[in-house]
Amino acid sequence: MKYEEFGDNESLELLRESGSNVLLTTIDDVINWGRKNSLWPLTFATSCCGIEMMQTGAPRHDFARFGMEVYRASPRQADVIVVAGTIVNKMAPILKRLYDQMSEPKYVVAMGACAISGGPFFLNSYCVVKGVEHVIPVDVYVPGCPPRPESLLYGMLQLQRMIETQTMESRKKRNASHNYK
Amino acid sequence: MDNKQLEDFVKSIDQDLEIKTGKQFTEVSVPLSKLYSVASQLREKEEAQFDFLFNLSGVDYGHDLGVVYHLRSTVHGHSIVLKARTSDRENPQIDSVSGIWETANFHEREVYDLLGIKFTNHPDLRRLFLDSSWGFPLRKDYVDDINIVTK
Repeated sequence: MKYEEFGDNESLELLRESGSNVLLTTIDDVINWGRKNSLWPLTFATSCCGIEMMQTGAPRHDFARFGMEVYRASPRQADVIVVAGTIVNKMAPILKRLYDQMSEPKYVVAMGACAISGGPFFLNSYCVVKGVEHVIPVDVYVPGCPPRPESLLYGMLQLQRMIETQTMESRKKRNASHNYK
Repeated sequence: MDNKQLEDFVKSIDQDLEIKTGKQFTEVSVPLSKLYSVASQLREKEEAQFDFLFNLSGVDYGHDLGVVYHLRSTVHGHSIVLKARTSDRENPQIDSVSGIWETANFHEREVYDLLGIKFTNHPDLRRLFLDSSWGFPLRKDYVDDINIVTK
């Protein structure tokens, strides 16, 4: 997708750091290019957003053309977890366990209103976690209930642009912020 | 049998039951002491043979708690609704119909889990979804400051 067609370029410019070593920048570019073009998602779908995510992988809006077609069932082999669906109090420790089992580098996309903030169940619900960010750190939020497949694709493209701006220092800082103690 | 004939049939079982017609189903309100006998007669009698309990739901009416049973006959094709209420909110007890319809086993466990209504003679009355630290969330007076955001 062309640079002009993205709605949000300011955050991309903010993420781009300038003035690093030329050699390291080239290595960073190669590593980032490899990582962003082969993001393998974990099979994780709880409710209706999961159906939309399956539709995004289906032939009409194919996301295999962006490199994400291989869904890994094992968290050890996955790069990104797309939290598609409502997370309830019973599911939250399981989600945390899956996220901890993924190996670095890992990214999280919160898809749909329920994963962003509890969605339609925000008021008067005794068991829904009001936003998956209470459980795991999120990189990209994709709004919608459920988001159209085109929306999810836009969110994954934003994630790719975020990955391509990472340098070795920012990656170290990001990974160190995960508190595993 | 259509709704009018069902009303006459239920009156033939027991004169004093309160019956409402005019809606989609004939609704029979049963006092708690007669619930088990009326339900078993509805299952066993030749003209009725309600052998399919297709819904069992617990209700919190505000002051009372109750249970609503939706019955259907696969032999004759008619449906009826049984309602039972209790005003005891501290320790509500209703007879279990899982001896008559096996499916009521799980439905009554769910009603116990979410509303707190105890079913006597239930073979295995324990919680189905929640664990013991939850109260009874579907009651109207359930308060939970941590989880619930009220408007």
